[in-house]
Amino acid sequence: MPSKRFVVGRAADLADGEKMAVDVNGRSIAIFNVEGEFYGLLNRCPHRGADLCAGRFLPLVSAERPGKYVYDTDHQLLACPWHGWEFDVTTGQSYFDPVGMRGRPYAVDVEKGSLVATEVESGAVSMTPAQYAAATAGQNAGDGKQPGPYKAETVTIEVEDDYLVVDLRPRRPGRRTAS
Amino acid sequence: MTTSLLGTTPRESVWTGPVVDADVHAQVPSASALFPYLAQQWIDWCTERNWRTPPGPGQHFPPNSPRTCRPEWRPDDGRVPASELALLQEHVLDPWRVDAAILNCYYGIDSIRQPDWVNAMASAVNDWLVHEWLAKDARLHGSLVLPVRDPEAMVREIHRLGDQPQIKQVLLPARSDLLWGRRIHLPVFRAAVEHDLVVGLHYGGTADGVPSTTGYPSYFIEEYAGEWQSFATQVTSMVVEGLLQELPDLRVSVIEGGFLWLPAWGWRMNKDWKGLRREVPWLSEPPMDVIRRHFRFSAVPAELGPPEAARHLQNALGWLRSDDLLMFATDYPRGHDDDVDRLLAGLPDPARPKLMAETARAWYRLP
Repeated sequence: MPSKRFVVGRAADLADGEKMAVDVNGRSIAIFNVEGEFYGLLNRCPHRGADLCAGRFLPLVSAERPGKYVYDTDHQLLACPWHGWEFDVTTGQSYFDPVGMRGRPYAVDVEKGSLVATEVESGAVSMTPAQYAAATAGQNAGDGKQPGPYKAETVTIEVEDDYLVVDLRPRRPGRRTAS
Repeated sequence: MTTSLLGTTPRESVWTGPVVDADVHAQVPSASALFPYLAQQWIDWCTERNWRTPPGPGQHFPPNSPRTCRPEWRPDDGRVPASELALLQEHVLDPWRVDAAILNCYYGIDSIRQPDWVNAMASAVNDWLVHEWLAKDARLHGSLVLPVRDPEAMVREIHRLGDQPQIKQVLLPARSDLLWGRRIHLPVFRAAVEHDLVVGLHYGGTADGVPSTTGYPSYFIEEYAGEWQSFATQVTSMVVEGLLQELPDLRVSVIEGGFLWLPAWGWRMNKDWKGLRREVPWLSEPPMDVIRRHFRFSAVPAELGPPEAARHLQNALGWLRSDDLLMFATDYPRGHDDDVDRLLAGLPDPARPKLMAETARAWYRLP
Protein backbone atom coordinates (compact mmCIF):
# COMPACT_ATOMS: atom_id res chain seq x y z
CA MET A 1 0.00 0.00 0.00
CA PRO A 2 1.54 3.33 -0.94
CA SER A 3 2.04 5.86 1.77
CA LYS A 4 -0.25 8.81 1.79
CA ARG A 5 0.90 11.96 3.45
CA PHE A 6 -1.17 15.11 3.34
CA VAL A 7 -0.47 18.65 4.35
CA VAL A 8 -3.46 19.77 6.37
CA GLY A 9 -2.60 23.15 7.83
CA ARG A 10 -0.16 25.38 9.56
CA ALA A 11 1.15 24.19 12.89
CA ALA A 12 0.86 27.71 14.27
CA ASP A 13 -2.89 27.67 13.72
CA LEU A 14 -3.41 24.86 16.23
CA ALA A 15 -2.36 26.13 19.65
CA ASP A 16 -1.49 24.00 22.62
CA GLY A 17 -4.60 22.24 23.90
CA GLU A 18 -6.56 22.85 20.72
CA LYS A 19 -7.98 20.34 18.31
CA MET A 20 -9.38 20.41 14.83
CA ALA A 21 -10.97 18.01 12.41
CA VAL A 22 -9.66 17.87 8.86
CA ASP A 23 -10.88 15.91 5.88
CA VAL A 24 -8.04 13.96 4.42
CA ASN A 25 -8.61 11.87 1.35
CA GLY A 26 -12.24 11.32 2.36
CA ARG A 27 -11.50 10.62 5.98
CA SER A 28 -12.16 12.92 8.91
CA ILE A 29 -9.07 13.11 11.06
CA ALA A 30 -9.02 14.80 14.46
CA ILE A 31 -5.74 16.56 15.13
CA PHE A 32 -4.66 17.57 18.60
CA ASN A 33 -1.92 19.79 19.91
CA VAL A 34 -0.82 18.40 23.24
CA GLU A 35 1.86 20.62 24.73
CA GLY A 36 3.35 21.41 21.39
CA GLU A 37 3.20 17.90 20.04
CA PHE A 38 0.69 16.90 17.42
CA TYR A 39 -1.39 13.76 17.32
CA GLY A 40 -4.04 12.46 15.00
CA LEU A 41 -6.99 10.14 15.52
CA LEU A 42 -9.65 8.99 13.17
CA ASN A 43 -12.42 11.40 14.08
CA ARG A 44 -14.76 8.60 14.96
CA CYS A 45 -15.20 7.08 18.38
CA PRO A 46 -14.67 3.31 18.17
CA HIS A 47 -17.76 2.90 20.33
CA ARG A 48 -20.60 4.45 18.33
CA GLY A 49 -18.92 6.75 15.87
CA ALA A 50 -19.18 10.16 17.50
CA ASP A 51 -16.87 12.94 16.36
CA LEU A 52 -14.03 12.66 18.84
CA CYS A 53 -12.96 16.16 17.90
CA ALA A 54 -16.12 17.45 19.60
CA GLY A 55 -15.02 15.90 22.90
CA ARG A 56 -13.52 17.70 25.85
CA PHE A 57 -10.09 17.33 27.33
CA LEU A 58 -10.42 16.35 30.99
CA PRO A 59 -7.63 15.74 33.50
CA LEU A 60 -6.87 12.13 34.27
CA VAL A 61 -8.39 11.29 37.63
CA SER A 62 -7.52 8.12 39.47
CA ALA A 63 -7.59 6.85 43.03
CA GLU A 64 -5.97 3.95 44.81
CA ARG A 65 -8.69 4.07 47.46
CA PRO A 66 -12.01 5.84 47.95
CA GLY A 67 -11.51 9.57 48.28
CA LYS A 68 -7.75 9.46 47.65
CA TYR A 69 -7.91 11.29 44.35
CA VAL A 70 -4.97 11.80 42.05
CA TYR A 71 -6.04 14.65 39.79
CA ASP A 72 -3.42 14.87 37.08
CA THR A 73 -3.91 18.09 35.16
CA ASP A 74 -0.71 17.34 33.25
CA HIS A 75 -2.33 14.30 31.71
CA GLN A 76 -5.41 15.20 29.74
CA LEU A 77 -7.76 12.61 28.33
CA LEU A 78 -10.21 13.25 25.56
CA ALA A 79 -13.76 12.36 26.60
CA CYS A 80 -16.03 11.30 23.77
CA PRO A 81 -18.92 13.77 23.50
CA TRP A 82 -21.54 11.05 23.45
CA HIS A 83 -20.81 8.61 26.26
CA GLY A 84 -17.77 9.99 28.00
CA TRP A 85 -15.36 7.22 27.13
CA GLU A 86 -11.90 8.63 27.73
CA PHE A 87 -9.07 8.33 25.24
CA ASP A 88 -5.42 9.16 25.35
CA VAL A 89 -5.00 11.02 22.09
CA THR A 90 -1.27 10.34 22.06
CA THR A 91 -1.87 6.62 21.62
CA GLY A 92 -5.54 6.25 20.81
CA GLN A 93 -5.93 3.98 23.81
CA SER A 94 -9.10 4.12 25.83
CA TYR A 95 -8.69 4.52 29.56
CA PHE A 96 -10.87 1.59 30.53
CA ASP A 97 -9.47 -0.96 28.08
CA PRO A 98 -6.19 0.23 26.58
CA VAL A 99 -5.64 -2.97 24.63
CA GLY A 100 -9.12 -3.90 23.49
CA MET A 101 -10.69 -0.50 22.84
CA ARG A 102 -8.77 2.23 21.11
CA GLY A 103 -9.20 4.98 18.62
CA ARG A 104 -7.30 4.74 15.38
CA PRO A 105 -4.18 6.87 15.55
CA TYR A 106 -2.52 8.62 12.62
CA ALA A 107 0.90 10.14 12.59
CA VAL A 108 0.93 13.92 12.42
CA ASP A 109 4.31 15.24 11.42
CA VAL A 110 5.48 18.82 11.47
CA GLU A 111 7.48 19.78 8.45
CA LYS A 112 9.08 22.96 7.25
CA GLY A 113 7.15 24.67 4.53
CA SER A 114 10.26 24.51 2.42
CA LEU A 115 10.11 20.72 2.63
CA VAL A 116 6.49 20.24 1.78
CA ALA A 117 5.91 23.04 -0.69
CA THR A 118 6.62 20.96 -3.77
CA GLU A 119 4.45 18.15 -2.64
CA VAL A 120 1.65 20.50 -1.80
CA GLU A 121 1.33 21.35 -5.48
CA SER A 122 -0.20 17.95 -5.95
CA GLY A 123 -2.06 18.11 -2.65
CA ALA A 124 -0.36 15.11 -1.18
CA VAL A 125 2.94 13.60 -0.25
CA SER A 126 2.88 10.12 -1.73
CA MET A 127 6.19 8.67 -0.72
CA THR A 128 7.39 6.39 1.96
CA PRO A 129 9.15 8.16 4.77
CA ALA A 130 12.46 6.84 3.42
CA GLN A 131 11.72 8.09 -0.08
CA TYR A 132 10.55 11.35 1.37
CA ALA A 133 13.69 11.75 3.43
CA ALA A 134 15.87 11.01 0.41
CA ALA A 135 13.97 13.41 -1.82
CA THR A 136 14.22 16.21 0.67
CA ALA A 137 17.70 15.44 1.93
CA GLY A 138 19.14 18.72 0.75
CA GLN A 139 16.40 20.79 2.26
CA ASN A 140 16.66 19.76 5.86
CA ALA A 141 18.06 23.04 7.00
CA GLY A 142 14.93 24.85 5.96
CA ASP A 143 17.13 27.17 4.00
CA GLY A 144 14.35 28.74 2.01
CA LYS A 145 15.58 27.67 -1.41
CA GLN A 146 12.08 26.72 -2.46
CA PRO A 147 10.05 29.71 -3.48
CA GLY A 148 6.56 30.24 -2.06
CA PRO A 149 3.77 30.64 -1.59
CA TYR A 150 2.09 27.49 -2.89
CA LYS A 151 -1.59 26.68 -2.75
CA ALA A 152 -3.10 23.34 -1.83
CA GLU A 153 -6.81 23.30 -1.39
CA THR A 154 -7.28 26.22 0.99
CA VAL A 155 -3.91 25.96 2.63
CA THR A 156 -1.33 28.52 1.77
CA ILE A 157 2.16 27.24 2.24
CA GLU A 158 4.68 29.65 3.60
CA VAL A 159 8.20 28.37 3.45
CA GLU A 160 9.14 29.89 6.75
CA ASP A 161 6.23 28.25 8.55
CA ASP A 162 5.78 24.76 9.96
CA TYR A 163 3.08 22.59 8.47
CA LEU A 164 1.12 19.64 9.74
CA VAL A 165 1.38 16.54 7.62
CA VAL A 166 -0.99 13.65 8.24
CA ASP A 167 0.17 10.20 7.33
CA LEU A 168 -2.85 8.05 6.51
CA ARG A 169 -1.00 4.81 6.79
CA PRO A 170 -2.37 3.06 9.91
CA ARG A 171 0.36 2.84 12.48
CA ARG A 172 1.24 4.04 15.89
CA PRO A 173 1.63 7.76 15.87
CA GLY A 174 5.00 9.32 15.40
CA ARG A 175 5.68 12.56 17.15
CA ARG A 176 7.24 15.71 15.87
CA THR A 177 7.84 18.72 17.98
CA ALA A 178 7.22 22.09 16.42
CA SER A 179 10.51 23.85 15.93
CA MET B 1 -33.83 -24.34 47.43
CA THR B 2 -37.00 -26.27 47.62
CA THR B 3 -35.58 -29.55 46.48
CA SER B 4 -35.92 -31.56 49.63
CA LEU B 5 -35.20 -35.12 50.31
CA LEU B 6 -38.75 -36.04 50.97
CA GLY B 7 -40.12 -39.54 51.18
CA THR B 8 -38.89 -41.38 48.15
CA THR B 9 -36.33 -38.84 46.88
CA PRO B 10 -32.90 -40.23 47.73
CA ARG B 11 -30.01 -37.83 47.96
CA GLU B 12 -28.12 -39.70 45.26
CA SER B 13 -30.87 -38.98 42.77
CA VAL B 14 -30.07 -35.28 43.13
CA TRP B 15 -26.34 -35.20 43.71
CA THR B 16 -23.78 -37.83 44.58
CA GLY B 17 -20.89 -35.56 45.54
CA PRO B 18 -20.25 -33.55 48.68
CA VAL B 19 -22.77 -30.96 49.82
CA VAL B 20 -22.26 -27.71 51.70
CA ASP B 21 -25.45 -25.86 52.51
CA ALA B 22 -24.70 -22.13 52.40
CA ASP B 23 -27.85 -20.98 54.18
CA VAL B 24 -29.92 -22.75 56.79
CA HIS B 25 -31.89 -20.99 59.46
CA ALA B 26 -32.26 -21.12 63.18
CA GLN B 27 -35.38 -19.41 64.46
CA VAL B 28 -35.59 -18.08 67.98
CA PRO B 29 -38.72 -19.81 69.30
CA SER B 30 -39.59 -17.10 71.82
CA ALA B 31 -38.03 -14.15 73.60
CA SER B 32 -37.72 -16.31 76.70
CA ALA B 33 -35.36 -18.62 74.85
CA LEU B 34 -32.90 -15.74 74.93
CA PHE B 35 -33.32 -14.97 78.64
CA PRO B 36 -30.36 -17.17 79.65
CA TYR B 37 -28.23 -14.85 77.58
CA LEU B 38 -29.70 -11.53 78.73
CA ALA B 39 -28.98 -9.38 81.78
CA GLN B 40 -31.87 -9.08 84.22
CA GLN B 41 -32.53 -5.51 83.16
CA TRP B 42 -33.30 -6.60 79.63
CA ILE B 43 -35.28 -9.65 80.67
CA ASP B 44 -37.45 -7.30 82.68
CA TRP B 45 -37.62 -4.92 79.73
CA CYS B 46 -39.22 -7.75 77.76
CA THR B 47 -41.51 -9.05 80.47
CA GLU B 48 -42.72 -5.66 81.71
CA ARG B 49 -43.99 -4.99 78.22
CA ASN B 50 -45.01 -8.54 77.46
CA TRP B 51 -42.77 -8.11 74.44
CA ARG B 52 -42.68 -11.32 72.46
CA THR B 53 -40.73 -10.85 69.28
CA PRO B 54 -39.28 -8.15 67.04
CA PRO B 55 -41.83 -6.89 64.52
CA GLY B 56 -39.61 -7.47 61.50
CA PRO B 57 -39.78 -11.22 60.94
CA GLY B 58 -43.56 -11.40 60.98
CA GLN B 59 -43.59 -8.88 58.19
CA HIS B 60 -40.91 -10.48 56.06
CA PHE B 61 -41.95 -14.02 56.79
CA PRO B 62 -45.69 -14.28 57.48
CA PRO B 63 -45.71 -17.19 59.93
CA ASN B 64 -48.14 -19.41 58.06
CA SER B 65 -46.90 -18.71 54.55
CA PRO B 66 -45.43 -21.68 52.68
CA ARG B 67 -42.65 -19.31 51.66
CA THR B 68 -41.77 -18.90 55.33
CA CYS B 69 -41.73 -22.60 56.01
CA ARG B 70 -42.12 -25.44 53.60
CA PRO B 71 -45.17 -27.36 54.84
CA GLU B 72 -43.26 -30.61 55.23
CA TRP B 73 -40.82 -28.89 57.55
CA ARG B 74 -43.46 -27.38 59.82
CA PRO B 75 -43.68 -29.32 63.07
CA ASP B 76 -47.23 -30.51 63.62
CA ASP B 77 -46.95 -30.17 67.38
CA GLY B 78 -46.91 -26.39 67.37
CA ARG B 79 -43.18 -25.93 67.77
CA VAL B 80 -41.74 -23.02 65.83
CA PRO B 81 -40.20 -24.19 62.54
CA ALA B 82 -36.42 -24.46 62.56
CA SER B 83 -36.30 -23.57 66.23
CA GLU B 84 -34.39 -26.65 67.39
CA LEU B 85 -31.23 -28.30 66.24
CA ALA B 86 -32.97 -31.67 66.02
CA LEU B 87 -35.37 -30.33 63.39
CA LEU B 88 -32.51 -29.00 61.27
CA GLN B 89 -30.67 -32.28 61.57
CA GLU B 90 -33.72 -34.32 60.67
CA HIS B 91 -34.77 -32.17 57.74
CA VAL B 92 -31.47 -31.13 56.16
CA LEU B 93 -28.18 -32.03 57.77
CA ASP B 94 -28.73 -35.77 57.95
CA PRO B 95 -30.67 -36.55 54.77
CA TRP B 96 -28.42 -34.30 52.67
CA ARG B 97 -25.36 -35.65 54.52
CA VAL B 98 -23.88 -32.17 54.43
CA ASP B 99 -20.23 -31.66 55.11
CA ALA B 100 -21.07 -28.29 56.54
CA ALA B 101 -23.84 -25.72 56.70
CA ILE B 102 -23.89 -21.99 57.33
CA LEU B 103 -26.43 -21.27 60.04
CA ASN B 104 -28.16 -17.91 59.91
CA CYS B 105 -30.65 -16.49 62.36
CA TYR B 106 -32.75 -13.71 60.97
CA TYR B 107 -34.34 -12.44 64.13
CA GLY B 108 -35.21 -8.97 62.93
CA ILE B 109 -32.72 -7.36 65.27
CA ASP B 110 -32.87 -4.41 62.89
CA SER B 111 -36.49 -3.80 63.81
CA ILE B 112 -35.61 -3.06 67.46
CA ARG B 113 -34.92 0.65 67.84
CA GLN B 114 -33.99 1.04 71.50
CA PRO B 115 -30.24 1.53 71.13
CA ASP B 116 -29.06 -0.28 74.26
CA TRP B 117 -31.60 -3.04 74.39
CA VAL B 118 -30.89 -3.91 70.76
CA ASN B 119 -27.21 -4.41 71.56
CA ALA B 120 -28.15 -6.81 74.36
CA MET B 121 -30.59 -8.65 72.11
CA ALA B 122 -28.08 -9.03 69.29
CA SER B 123 -25.53 -10.44 71.71
CA ALA B 124 -28.15 -12.77 73.18
CA VAL B 125 -29.10 -14.14 69.77
CA ASN B 126 -25.45 -14.72 68.97
CA ASP B 127 -24.73 -16.42 72.28
CA TRP B 128 -27.86 -18.55 71.87
CA LEU B 129 -26.66 -19.56 68.41
CA VAL B 130 -23.19 -20.45 69.63
CA HIS B 131 -24.31 -22.42 72.70
CA GLU B 132 -27.48 -24.11 71.51
CA TRP B 133 -26.53 -24.84 67.92
CA LEU B 134 -22.89 -24.50 66.97
CA ALA B 135 -21.58 -26.15 70.11
CA LYS B 136 -23.80 -29.16 69.50
CA ASP B 137 -23.11 -29.95 65.86
CA ALA B 138 -19.67 -29.56 64.33
CA ARG B 139 -21.15 -29.40 60.85
CA LEU B 140 -22.62 -26.02 61.64
CA HIS B 141 -20.89 -22.70 61.10
CA GLY B 142 -22.66 -19.57 62.12
CA SER B 143 -23.32 -15.93 61.36
CA LEU B 144 -23.55 -13.06 63.78
CA VAL B 145 -26.49 -10.67 63.87
CA LEU B 146 -25.61 -7.05 64.54
CA PRO B 147 -27.32 -3.92 65.88
CA VAL B 148 -27.34 -2.38 62.44
CA ARG B 149 -27.99 1.29 63.27
CA ASP B 150 -24.89 1.72 65.39
CA PRO B 151 -21.61 1.04 63.58
CA GLU B 152 -19.58 1.27 66.80
CA ALA B 153 -21.79 -1.29 68.50
CA MET B 154 -21.59 -3.48 65.40
CA VAL B 155 -17.82 -3.41 65.56
CA ARG B 156 -17.85 -4.27 69.27
CA GLU B 157 -20.03 -7.30 68.66
CA ILE B 158 -17.79 -8.46 65.81
CA HIS B 159 -14.76 -8.17 68.07
CA ARG B 160 -16.58 -9.95 70.91
CA LEU B 161 -17.33 -13.11 68.94
CA GLY B 162 -15.43 -12.81 65.69
CA ASP B 163 -12.73 -15.25 66.69
CA GLN B 164 -15.13 -17.98 67.78
CA PRO B 165 -13.96 -20.78 65.48
CA GLN B 166 -17.38 -21.68 64.14
CA ILE B 167 -18.35 -18.07 63.40
CA LYS B 168 -17.74 -17.44 59.71
CA GLN B 169 -19.98 -14.53 58.78
CA VAL B 170 -21.79 -11.41 59.91
CA LEU B 171 -25.25 -10.68 58.57
CA LEU B 172 -26.43 -7.37 57.18
CA PRO B 173 -30.07 -7.04 56.14
CA ALA B 174 -30.77 -6.17 52.53
CA ARG B 175 -32.82 -3.20 53.68
CA SER B 176 -31.12 -0.62 55.80
CA ASP B 177 -31.51 3.00 56.76
CA LEU B 178 -28.30 3.80 54.92
CA LEU B 179 -26.80 1.88 52.06
CA TRP B 180 -24.08 -0.44 53.30
CA GLY B 181 -21.47 0.95 50.95
CA ARG B 182 -21.60 4.38 52.65
CA ARG B 183 -18.35 5.28 54.35
CA ILE B 184 -19.88 5.44 57.80
CA HIS B 185 -20.08 1.64 57.65
CA LEU B 186 -16.45 1.13 56.71
CA PRO B 187 -15.33 0.20 60.26
CA VAL B 188 -17.90 -2.61 60.28
CA PHE B 189 -16.48 -4.15 57.13
CA ARG B 190 -12.96 -3.59 58.36
CA ALA B 191 -13.76 -5.47 61.56
CA ALA B 192 -15.21 -8.36 59.57
CA VAL B 193 -12.04 -8.56 57.49
CA GLU B 194 -9.89 -8.44 60.63
CA HIS B 195 -11.62 -11.58 61.85
CA ASP B 196 -11.63 -13.17 58.40
CA LEU B 197 -15.42 -13.15 58.35
CA VAL B 198 -17.64 -13.03 55.31
CA VAL B 199 -20.23 -10.25 55.24
CA GLY B 200 -23.59 -11.81 54.37
CA LEU B 201 -26.20 -9.57 52.82
CA HIS B 202 -29.43 -11.27 53.81
CA TYR B 203 -33.11 -10.99 52.97
CA GLY B 204 -34.92 -8.72 55.38
CA GLY B 205 -34.30 -5.48 57.17
CA THR B 206 -36.34 -2.68 58.52
CA ALA B 207 -39.63 -1.64 57.07
CA ASP B 208 -38.21 1.88 56.89
CA GLY B 209 -35.65 0.65 54.40
CA VAL B 210 -38.07 0.51 51.55
CA PRO B 211 -37.75 -2.56 49.37
CA SER B 212 -38.00 -0.60 46.18
CA THR B 213 -36.44 2.63 45.10
CA THR B 214 -39.84 4.26 44.86
CA GLY B 215 -41.53 3.36 48.09
CA TYR B 216 -43.52 0.81 49.98
CA PRO B 217 -45.48 -2.06 48.52
CA SER B 218 -48.92 -3.11 49.62
CA TYR B 219 -48.60 -6.86 49.55
CA PHE B 220 -46.28 -9.65 50.62
CA ILE B 221 -45.91 -10.85 47.05
CA GLU B 222 -44.49 -7.48 46.07
CA GLU B 223 -42.05 -7.59 48.91
CA TYR B 224 -41.01 -11.18 48.39
CA ALA B 225 -40.70 -11.06 44.61
CA GLY B 226 -39.25 -7.56 44.55
CA GLU B 227 -36.61 -7.87 47.25
CA TRP B 228 -33.90 -8.37 44.63
CA GLN B 229 -34.10 -4.62 44.05
CA SER B 230 -32.81 -4.02 47.55
CA PHE B 231 -30.03 -6.53 47.03
CA ALA B 232 -29.05 -4.99 43.71
CA THR B 233 -29.00 -1.53 45.23
CA GLN B 234 -26.83 -2.66 48.13
CA VAL B 235 -24.44 -4.52 45.83
CA THR B 236 -24.20 -1.44 43.62
CA SER B 237 -23.46 0.70 46.66
CA MET B 238 -20.74 -1.61 47.93
CA VAL B 239 -19.08 -1.81 44.53
CA VAL B 240 -19.33 1.85 43.58
CA GLU B 241 -18.35 3.33 46.93
CA GLY B 242 -15.01 1.55 46.73
CA LEU B 243 -15.43 -0.82 49.65
CA LEU B 244 -13.48 -3.49 47.81
CA GLN B 245 -10.62 -1.13 46.96
CA GLU B 246 -10.49 -0.05 50.59
CA LEU B 247 -10.64 -3.64 51.82
CA PRO B 248 -9.17 -5.93 49.18
CA ASP B 249 -9.75 -9.01 51.35
CA LEU B 250 -13.45 -8.37 51.89
CA ARG B 251 -15.81 -11.20 50.92
CA VAL B 252 -19.53 -10.58 50.53
CA SER B 253 -22.24 -13.21 50.24
CA VAL B 254 -25.61 -12.34 48.78
CA ILE B 255 -28.01 -14.63 50.58
CA GLU B 256 -31.60 -15.22 49.55
CA GLY B 257 -31.32 -12.45 47.01
CA GLY B 258 -31.49 -14.50 43.83
CA PHE B 259 -28.76 -14.23 41.23
CA LEU B 260 -30.10 -14.09 37.71
CA TRP B 261 -30.61 -10.35 37.96
CA LEU B 262 -26.83 -10.21 38.12
CA PRO B 263 -26.00 -10.64 34.42
CA ALA B 264 -28.27 -7.74 33.47
CA TRP B 265 -26.92 -5.69 36.35
CA GLY B 266 -23.36 -6.47 35.30
CA TRP B 267 -23.97 -5.59 31.69
CA ARG B 268 -25.43 -2.23 32.66
CA MET B 269 -22.76 -1.48 35.24
CA ASN B 270 -19.86 -2.42 33.00
CA LYS B 271 -21.31 -0.38 30.17
CA ASP B 272 -21.92 2.74 32.20
CA TRP B 273 -18.70 2.45 34.14
CA LYS B 274 -16.77 3.11 30.92
CA GLY B 275 -18.14 6.60 30.61
CA LEU B 276 -18.98 7.46 34.21
CA ARG B 277 -16.00 6.08 36.03
CA ARG B 278 -14.47 9.55 36.44
CA GLU B 279 -16.68 10.27 39.44
CA VAL B 280 -15.59 7.05 41.17
CA PRO B 281 -12.00 6.71 40.00
CA TRP B 282 -11.15 4.11 42.67
CA LEU B 283 -13.41 1.78 40.70
CA SER B 284 -10.57 1.01 38.35
CA GLU B 285 -11.93 -2.15 36.75
CA PRO B 286 -15.26 -3.28 35.33
CA PRO B 287 -17.77 -3.78 38.15
CA MET B 288 -18.43 -7.38 37.20
CA ASP B 289 -14.75 -8.13 37.73
CA VAL B 290 -15.16 -6.86 41.28
CA ILE B 291 -18.23 -9.06 41.68
CA ARG B 292 -16.44 -12.17 40.51
CA ARG B 293 -13.62 -11.63 42.97
CA HIS B 294 -15.47 -10.38 46.04
CA PHE B 295 -19.05 -11.69 45.88
CA ARG B 296 -20.79 -15.05 46.03
CA PHE B 297 -24.49 -15.76 45.77
CA SER B 298 -26.65 -18.34 47.44
CA ALA B 299 -28.59 -19.99 44.64
CA VAL B 300 -31.86 -19.02 46.28
CA PRO B 301 -34.36 -18.08 45.10
CA ALA B 302 -33.61 -19.12 41.55
CA GLU B 303 -35.18 -17.66 38.45
CA LEU B 304 -34.87 -20.85 36.46
CA GLY B 305 -37.40 -20.22 33.72
CA PRO B 306 -39.74 -22.82 32.32
CA PRO B 307 -38.47 -26.41 32.39
CA GLU B 308 -38.84 -26.78 28.63
CA ALA B 309 -36.52 -23.83 28.02
CA ALA B 310 -33.36 -25.09 29.72
CA ARG B 311 -31.33 -23.53 26.93
CA HIS B 312 -32.36 -20.07 28.08
CA LEU B 313 -31.25 -20.88 31.60
CA GLN B 314 -27.90 -22.09 30.29
CA ASN B 315 -27.48 -18.84 28.37
CA ALA B 316 -28.38 -16.76 31.40
CA LEU B 317 -25.95 -18.64 33.61
CA GLY B 318 -23.30 -18.31 30.93
CA TRP B 319 -23.61 -14.56 31.23
CA LEU B 320 -22.17 -14.81 34.72
CA ARG B 321 -18.87 -15.72 33.01
CA SER B 322 -17.84 -17.67 36.07
CA ASP B 323 -18.40 -21.09 37.57
CA ASP B 324 -17.48 -19.83 41.01
CA LEU B 325 -20.28 -17.48 41.97
CA LEU B 326 -23.11 -19.73 43.12
CA MET B 327 -23.53 -21.65 46.35
CA PHE B 328 -26.18 -24.26 46.92
CA ALA B 329 -28.48 -23.52 49.85
CA THR B 330 -31.67 -25.10 51.05
CA ASP B 331 -32.59 -21.88 52.87
CA TYR B 332 -34.22 -24.18 55.39
CA PRO B 333 -37.03 -23.87 56.36
CA ARG B 334 -38.11 -21.47 53.62
CA GLY B 335 -39.97 -22.75 50.61
CA HIS B 336 -38.97 -21.03 47.38
CA ASP B 337 -40.52 -23.36 44.86
CA ASP B 338 -37.47 -23.97 42.74
CA ASP B 339 -35.44 -27.10 42.33
CA VAL B 340 -31.72 -27.61 42.47
CA ASP B 341 -31.79 -30.40 39.92
CA ARG B 342 -32.92 -27.94 37.27
CA LEU B 343 -30.20 -25.52 38.24
CA LEU B 344 -27.68 -28.34 38.07
CA ALA B 345 -28.94 -29.21 34.60
CA GLY B 346 -28.30 -25.64 33.49
CA LEU B 347 -24.68 -25.64 34.61
CA PRO B 348 -21.68 -27.13 32.83
CA ASP B 349 -20.11 -30.17 34.48
CA PRO B 350 -17.18 -28.38 36.15
CA ALA B 351 -19.55 -25.91 37.81
CA ARG B 352 -21.72 -28.49 39.52
CA PRO B 353 -19.44 -29.60 42.36
CA LYS B 354 -18.62 -25.95 42.90
CA LEU B 355 -22.28 -25.11 43.23
CA MET B 356 -23.01 -27.98 45.57
CA ALA B 357 -20.06 -27.65 47.93
CA GLU B 358 -16.69 -26.36 46.83
CA THR B 359 -17.41 -22.68 46.28
CA ALA B 360 -18.95 -22.29 49.73
CA ARG B 361 -16.26 -24.45 51.33
CA ALA B 362 -13.52 -22.21 49.99
CA TRP B 363 -15.44 -18.99 50.52
CA TYR B 364 -16.19 -19.67 54.19
CA ARG B 365 -12.85 -21.38 54.84
CA LEU B 366 -14.65 -24.53 55.91
CA PRO B 367 -12.85 -27.74 56.72
